[in-house]
Amino acid sequence: MDFYLTALLQGLCFSGIALGIYISMKIFNIPDITTDGSYTLGGVVTAIFLTHHQPGYIVLPAVIISGAIAGALTGIIHTKLKINALLAGILVMTALYSVNLSFMGRSNLPLINTTSIFTLLHLVNDPNQNTFWILLVFVVIVTLIIGYLLKTDFGIAMRATGNSESMIRALGVNTDRMKIIGLAIANALTATSGYLITQFQGFADISMGIGIVIVGLGSVIIAEAFINWFRITSIWISLILVLAGAVIFQFVLALTLSIGVDANLLKLVTAVFVLLIVSLPRLSFKKSL
Amino acid sequence: MIDIKQVYKTFNKGKPNQVDAVNGIDLHIGSGEFVVIVGSNGSGKTTLLNLVAGSVIPTTGTVSIDGNDVTELADYRRSQWIARVFQNPLSGTASDLSILDNFRLAAIRTKPKGLSIGVNDHFKKEVKEKIATLGMGLEKKIEQPMGTLSGGQRQALTLLMSIMDSCQVLLLDEPTAALDPRSADVVMKTADKLIKDFKLTAILITHNLKDAYNYGTRIIQMGEGVILKDIDTAKKTSLKQNDLFDWFG
Repeated sequence: MDFYLTALLQGLCFSGIALGIYISMKIFNIPDITTDGSYTLGGVVTAIFLTHHQPGYIVLPAVIISGAIAGALTGIIHTKLKINALLAGILVMTALYSVNLSFMGRSNLPLINTTSIFTLLHLVNDPNQNTFWILLVFVVIVTLIIGYLLKTDFGIAMRATGNSESMIRALGVNTDRMKIIGLAIANALTATSGYLITQFQGFADISMGIGIVIVGLGSVIIAEAFINWFRITSIWISLILVLAGAVIFQFVLALTLSIGVDANLLKLVTAVFVLLIVSLPRLSFKKSL
Repeated sequence: MIDIKQVYKTFNKGKPNQVDAVNGIDLHIGSGEFVVIVGSNGSGKTTLLNLVAGSVIPTTGTVSIDGNDVTELADYRRSQWIARVFQNPLSGTASDLSILDNFRLAAIRTKPKGLSIGVNDHFKKEVKEKIATLGMGLEKKIEQPMGTLSGGQRQALTLLMSIMDSCQVLLLDEPTAALDPRSADVVMKTADKLIKDFKLTAILITHNLKDAYNYGTRIIQMGEGVILKDIDTAKKTSLKQNDLFDWFG
């Protein structure tokens, strides 16, 4: 049971990445893989601030700002220097590896004798359940903010930018600026996942972000499958499905481990799983034609 | 309203594939004029329209709108005067967004897109009333994604969207090229009505010589990046439809 509770908790921790990828990939139609770097950056900033005993109300804003800067850099490289978004993301991600390493001064930074967001409040006695409630509140707040944002006039303009660039420019929106802001928001969200995971596992590690973008992609693709099946147009339901996607993704991984698959093969299983979700609807769709 | 002075536009300058799209155009379009531009492919019609819209910046020369020099102004900043309808219905509307959201963006074309929710019951009612004037029954579908509509419906809605916010110049780049004859007719009639009702200054590019004959107060023929013929209202009324066909003979 604990095994699945951990999966649920991890899924909630990864909801930031899932929402971030949802914004960059689904809303802006930009394949952004700055994610690997900005996630680690979020974790690294968290670990440094916490080990220096900075108060919690400074840590989270610092994490959000650092993630936003990373995303904005990718956005600027992509829009102003007209470099392919994928390459722009790879460049920033690669550069962030060194940045993260020099910030930490070593490859691993454990959180010893520090107060984390999960030990700050004691809502219930069981530590795992306590973590669950804190995570749930955190995720609900983040989702409400993003959902509201997407409903505003600014949010509609954001959604239109990835949809019909010629139209939104004709309607008076600077699409370059919009993309930079969008990637900043996406990577700020990703960084909050690094923030949560670092406190959840009790350390930041330079390699924690390697391949993490697949977690976000997988979550969004699971959500997309449901969105397409049920023809969902509501923003709120879409966001909830993205969160559900993040949790389902972790459950599948937990399930694979529990049936005795070698942990070394986990990334392979992840890749195959994502491939399956992407391809299954298309395979069955073709037959029905 | 629109002043184009000694405008030249060369693409890929100095390369083997250099194109002199516009070769020295002087054009004054007065307020309330409805100019129809005809010309064969590659005559520079679309480049001229893009020069007005700001999607293309001239190599030399100046463009001004309503007395303001806009030569270097980006397209998204010219939206304070200009609304556009594109050849491709997909370009003028956002497929994944609902009709309502598309109209919301159009309603704030000249204003900043802020962090408040603008789609409320009052706005919905306003959009429904506007769409009902088209007589297509689309007012019941405002929550549907734009992508579920046909090309003709989308072009008609794009036209309507242009007058959701204050609009002085309407640019129509072959708005009916992708449509069947009946939809094309509806779109052209809607455009004509809006231009008259809202006293818009309009530029229409078309390959349909019948439309060129039936609509507009002035007709311009372009070729090789220059203006070949410029027929004003007085002469246009005495023009015969066959004369137009002869231009391309």
